[in-house]
Parts: sequence; structure tokens; C-alpha cells
Amino acid sequence: MSTIVTAYLCLSVLLYFLLGGADFGAGIIEMFTSKKNVTRTRKTLYQAIGPIWEANHMWLIIAIVILFVGFPSIYSLLSIHLHIPLLVLLMGIIARGTAFVFRHYDAIRDGMQDVYNKVFVVSSVITPLFLGILAGSILAGHIDPDADNFFDAYIYPWFNLFSVSIGLFTVALCGFLAAVYLIGEADNEHDRKRFVTKAKISNLLAVGFGLLVFASAQIDKVPLTDWLFRNPVGLTAVMAASASLVVLWQWINRKRPAILRVLVAFQVSMILLAITYAHFPNVILLVDGQAISLTESEAPEKTMQSLGWALIIGSLFILPALYYLFYSFQKNEDYAH
Amino acid sequence: MEDILAARLQMALSLGFHIVFACIGMVMPFFMATSHLLWIKTGNDVYKNLTKAWSKGVAIFFATGAVSGTVLSFELGLLWPTFMKHAGPIFGMPFSLEGTAFFIEAIALGFFLYGWNIFDKWFHWFTGVVVGLSGLASGILVVSANAWMNSPAGFDYVNGAYINVDPIAAMFNDAWLSQSIHMTLAAFAATGFAVAGVHAAMIYQQKNVRFHMKAFKIAAVFAAVASLLQPLSGDHSAKDVAIRQPAKLAAMEAHFHTERGADLIVGGIPNAKEQTVDYAIKLPGMLSWLAFGDTEAEVKGLNDIPADFHPPVAVVHYAFQIMVGIGGLLALISLLFFVALRKSHWLTQKWFLMLFTLATPLGFIAVEAGWTVTEVGRQPWIIYGVMKTADAVTPMPGIAWSFYLFTAVYLSLSFVVVYLLHRQIKVVPVVYDKPTST
Repeated sequence: MSTIVTAYLCLSVLLYFLLGGADFGAGIIEMFTSKKNVTRTRKTLYQAIGPIWEANHMWLIIAIVILFVGFPSIYSLLSIHLHIPLLVLLMGIIARGTAFVFRHYDAIRDGMQDVYNKVFVVSSVITPLFLGILAGSILAGHIDPDADNFFDAYIYPWFNLFSVSIGLFTVALCGFLAAVYLIGEADNEHDRKRFVTKAKISNLLAVGFGLLVFASAQIDKVPLTDWLFRNPVGLTAVMAASASLVVLWQWINRKRPAILRVLVAFQVSMILLAITYAHFPNVILLVDGQAISLTESEAPEKTMQSLGWALIIGSLFILPALYYLFYSFQKNEDYAH
Repeated sequence: MEDILAARLQMALSLGFHIVFACIGMVMPFFMATSHLLWIKTGNDVYKNLTKAWSKGVAIFFATGAVSGTVLSFELGLLWPTFMKHAGPIFGMPFSLEGTAFFIEAIALGFFLYGWNIFDKWFHWFTGVVVGLSGLASGILVVSANAWMNSPAGFDYVNGAYINVDPIAAMFNDAWLSQSIHMTLAAFAATGFAVAGVHAAMIYQQKNVRFHMKAFKIAAVFAAVASLLQPLSGDHSAKDVAIRQPAKLAAMEAHFHTERGADLIVGGIPNAKEQTVDYAIKLPGMLSWLAFGDTEAEVKGLNDIPADFHPPVAVVHYAFQIMVGIGGLLALISLLFFVALRKSHWLTQKWFLMLFTLATPLGFIAVEAGWTVTEVGRQPWIIYGVMKTADAVTPMPGIAWSFYLFTAVYLSLSFVVVYLLHRQIKVVPVVYDKPTST
């Protein structure tokens, strides 16, 4: 049963990255859209994510609940040492979630819209930046459970080159995910081309920040190259991601948005696989080469049993409903064109 | 400010904020579905417009409740990591089910809000009902997790270790049912009175009377039924607390000395030093009767509980008085409402509408007070009788800054939500109840 729980944890992290990430990315794209086009972009964006956007963020809740029920010591450790970036993340989630809904449901359109828009785009950058920093922190090897001073215990675990580079990389990836997704949502040629350009730029940025991640891994002594190039699965994943990137650039101008979406989702999944597989089940890397293993942090047997069943039964309800939600609004939108 | 105090204040603020949005988010869908059903049945477009107007409110409250709920799932660890490390696997079952319920709610809300003119009308109506039902399930599950903190079950605590964990037994702890019923009724009463009050105020000002009267009646029926049932549930809860948490009951009643035939103390100022309650009204034997159904029963006082384990008496006592006082008042107003349904000219009379307008915030004040009773009344424990709150707090210093930040954010958010609702109501004559359609 603990395998099932672990699978659900990985699945919800992946889906949050893909769906929530595209959602954050939409805000990032909006930030880098000229005044002339921004109203139309905003409308496209709303049509694309309006009905599903609350659901996209539920994956985070599922992941966090699995963590605190099934792997409580990990949840507890991260909550202590990554308190500060988690706090910033929460502020981002509050600001973004409310601003997105408020700007749509404010009954009167006036100057307040500018406030909501600003809050929305800024928090759309800050939230994935800190999600990335948090993800980087669990791999950076700077968490010291026995630290006896404030900086070692609460600052350096996340405030290091590697974590910050992963944060920037994440922001670029989110923008890339969203731009590729929006290519298929554009209702005219002009907008479609704009999103293609955005996709290319954000992709280049992601590659750039990716190089920064490699450089900072060298400096911070994170064995990133070992994970990616000396492990057969890691290497395969990296090669698959690169190959699909080439295909994506080839296909980006053809009008087959569904294929582009699959490709970009595949790429992101491969990147996540590549950076976690080599050291799995060690998921939290600590100072001095120590690590915390996911399997050794499991809750008691009975808890894993009931958690596993709760997840299985839950997904029997959630997945069909979610599929129908995506399907209905996708179909209806095509119809509306 | 001490870290433990800051952490408690931040938790109180976050839960106090979330509880309002959670209540409205789980109850308003039922008002919406009622109005929607009336539209389908009667074809009267006022009901359709009302459903749409309310659904905007639901969207605003749901979004705010969803983010504040997400934040809470992190705050549990940020503020109380030691508690979560041990309690997570034991009381996590309702949270894992709640994840599903919450997810279903978000999906159903997507269908409902964006589904006008797309789906079959009954399917569309059904998605609205699912929003309400899954919200209700979420509420009950979260309360049952809280009940576990008051009434720990499903594990053995041996030499500091938590063994023989049984998450199902933990979920169905002794307090889950009484607390869930009490909270659910409170949510319906508080939201019902808040919504009815807003619409009553509009009728009072003679604005869009036909529209607001329909809204008022739907909300008030829910509010009145829940408010009349609540005293029964309160009695059930009190008897429960008397057995399980004598210290909490003693603090609620400022009951300092164990005695038979204990008096019920109404109001008054508890004097912890002298162990007396000044200026209180005392009803002889009534506390014994309320707690145990016998005017001669013995009720444990604070003197029989070690001082280290006393909750803050004054706060709990005042909060309890506020909750019960408001509960009683709302039950009376509810009776008047049922009379008014027979004497329909009351419904447009100024005194009647003013009464409801004034009652707008009362339900939520009672909810906050009741929640204070249950949480502060459990102190100094975070898991009653097992782990102290002070032992659960994060080692990270400077929590006060985090508390100030949350205070600023939640205050501004509350301000914006009120502002948005005000603007929703302002556009009723233009959008939902055009002069031509009246």
C-alpha cells in the first residue's frame, strides 16, 4: 500500500507542476504582454483556465495532505527549516488566488482592476519562484537538522545559489508551459503567433536558467551531473526531454496544439524524473551527504492502509469528474469558435 | 511577543478568518440551489437572477476560503511541527477524505459557475447541489479532526511513543458527532442570518423589494430552522464536554468549586484570585441539571484540577456567555420569523426588517465565540491530556513577525471582500432586477 501512496504523491506533485504551473505561467505571460494586447490575452487566459483553475490548485492540497499523513517527519522537518520560503509561498497563493477571482467577480469595472491585475501578475511570478526555491532546497543539501544558529537552521537551507537557480528555472518553465498551452487557445492568427513567440522566448530562458542550475550545482557541490548523466534512467530522461524539445521546435508553427501540449508535458515530466530518480527513495538531501528516505519516513502501517484506500476511492470520484470538466469546456469552446 | 503566544494568535487569526469563509462557502450553495430549483419549477426569472447573483458571492467566498484553507494546511506544520509529526498519521484520515471532498467541490463549482446554457438544466442544478454537499462533507471532516484534539482516540500513548495507531477509530472519536452537528447547525444559522440580514436591509430601504424578499425568505428559512435546532445540539455538546473535558466545562461556567447541585452562572466577572464570580445571576442547581440531567449531580470544579491544567477561565467564560446569549436571541428571532410567515404583513414592517438587519453579524460572532470556547477551553493542551501546546510549537524564532504579516493580509482581504459584496449589491438594480422586469 505504501507504493500506492508514494505513487499518488508523485502523481499529485507532477500534476500540480503541469496544471498549476501552466496556471502560474499564464500570469507570467500576462506580465510580459504589451498594453495593446493585454486585454485580449487576459480574455483568452480567462476562457482557458476560468472553469478549471480552482481544480488545478487542488493538487497541491492533495500532495501536502499525503505528506503530513503519510510522511509526517518529512512534513515536520521541511516546515521547520523552510519556514520562511513557505511563508512567502503562502502569501503568493493568497494574493494570486484572490486577485484572479476578484478581478472577474468585481461587479464594477474601474481602477480597482489595475490593482487586481498587478497583484495577480506579481504573485504569478513570486509563487512559482518560491515553489522552485523550495524544490531546490530539498535537493541542495543545505538543510541541517542539528543547526544551532539562526542562519544555518532557517536561512541557508533555501537561500543558496542552487535553490535560487532552480526557482528561476521553474518560473521560466511555467511561462513555457503556459505559452505552449495558450497557442491552442488563441482564436486568431495574430494571437497564435504572439504565443508562439512567447513560447520560444520562455523556452530559451528556461535553457539559460537550466545552464545556471548546472553552474550553481557545481559551486554548491550538488551532484546534479551524476544524477543526470551517470544514471541510466536519468540519462534516458534527459535525452528524451531534449529530443522532444527538438520535435517541439519543429512543430511549433503547425496548427496541432494538442501535440505541442503533450510534448511540453512530457518534457517537464522527464525533467522531474531525471532530477529525482537517481537518489530515490532519498528525497530530502541534508548537509554532509546525509539524506532522508521517503520509505523510512512512512507513517504506521494502518495509516498507510487507510490513506491508500482514501486516495483510491477519492480518485474514483475525482478523475472522471475532472476529465468531464476539462472535456466539457474544451468541447464547448471549440463549438463557440 | 513570545513565540508561543504569537503562534497561538496567528493560528487563532487564521482559523477565525477561515471559519467565516468556510461556513458561507458551504451553506450558500444550498440557498443558491433552492433558488435555482424554484426557477426551474416556476419559470420566474427573479429566481434565476437571484441564483446568479448569489453564485457570484459563492465564487468570491469559495476562492477566499480555498486559499485560506490551503494556507492552514501549511500553517499546521509551520507553527506546530511537533504536533503534526505525531498527530498527522493518527488524525489525518479525515483530512485525506476532505482533500477529495474539497476537490469535488472545486470541480462542481467549475461546472456550476460556467455551465449556464451549456448543460441540461437538471444536471446544472445537480452540480450546484454537489457544491453544497461536498462543502458540508469537508466541514464535518475537518471538525472531526478538531474533535480528535479534544477527545484523542485511535492510539496508545506509552512512554512518550504513539503506538497502535488506528486512524479510523481516531476519526470516529467520542466528540466528532456532537461537534459536527453543532458546527453544521451554527454554519447554517450564521450564514442564514447574515444573508437574510443583508436582504432585509435592502427591503427596509425599499430597494428592489420583490427581488430581495425572495432572497430574504430563502435565507431566513434555513437560518430559522437551524437556530431552533441549535439549543438541542448545544445541550448535547455540553453533556458531552461535562464527561470528557471537565476543565473546559468548569471554565465555561467559571465553576471554581466542585459541588453537588451546582448553580448555573449567567454573566458575571470571574475573579480567579478569589475564586468567585462577581455580579453574576445564579440559577440554583441548573448547572448540574444541564450537565448531567439531575439537579443534584456533582459537577467538578477547577479546585479539583491541577492549576497547571486550567484553561484561561475569563476568556472561555465570556466567550461561552456570548455564544449562548446570541444563540438564544437568534432562536427567538427565528420563532418570530415563523409567526411572520403566517402574518405576512409583518414581513414588510420596519421593526421586523430592522430586527433582522441588526442580527446580520450575530451568528458569526457566536461562531467565533463558540470556536474560542472549544479551542481556548482545551488549553494548555493541543492534544487533550497527551501533548501540551507549548511543546508543539516551532523552534523557529520571530513568529511575531509572521503573525503581524498575516494580520495585515487578512485584514486587507476582509476589507476587499466586504467592498466587493457591497459592489455586488449596488449593481442589483442594473444587472439582476432591471426596472423593466418589475
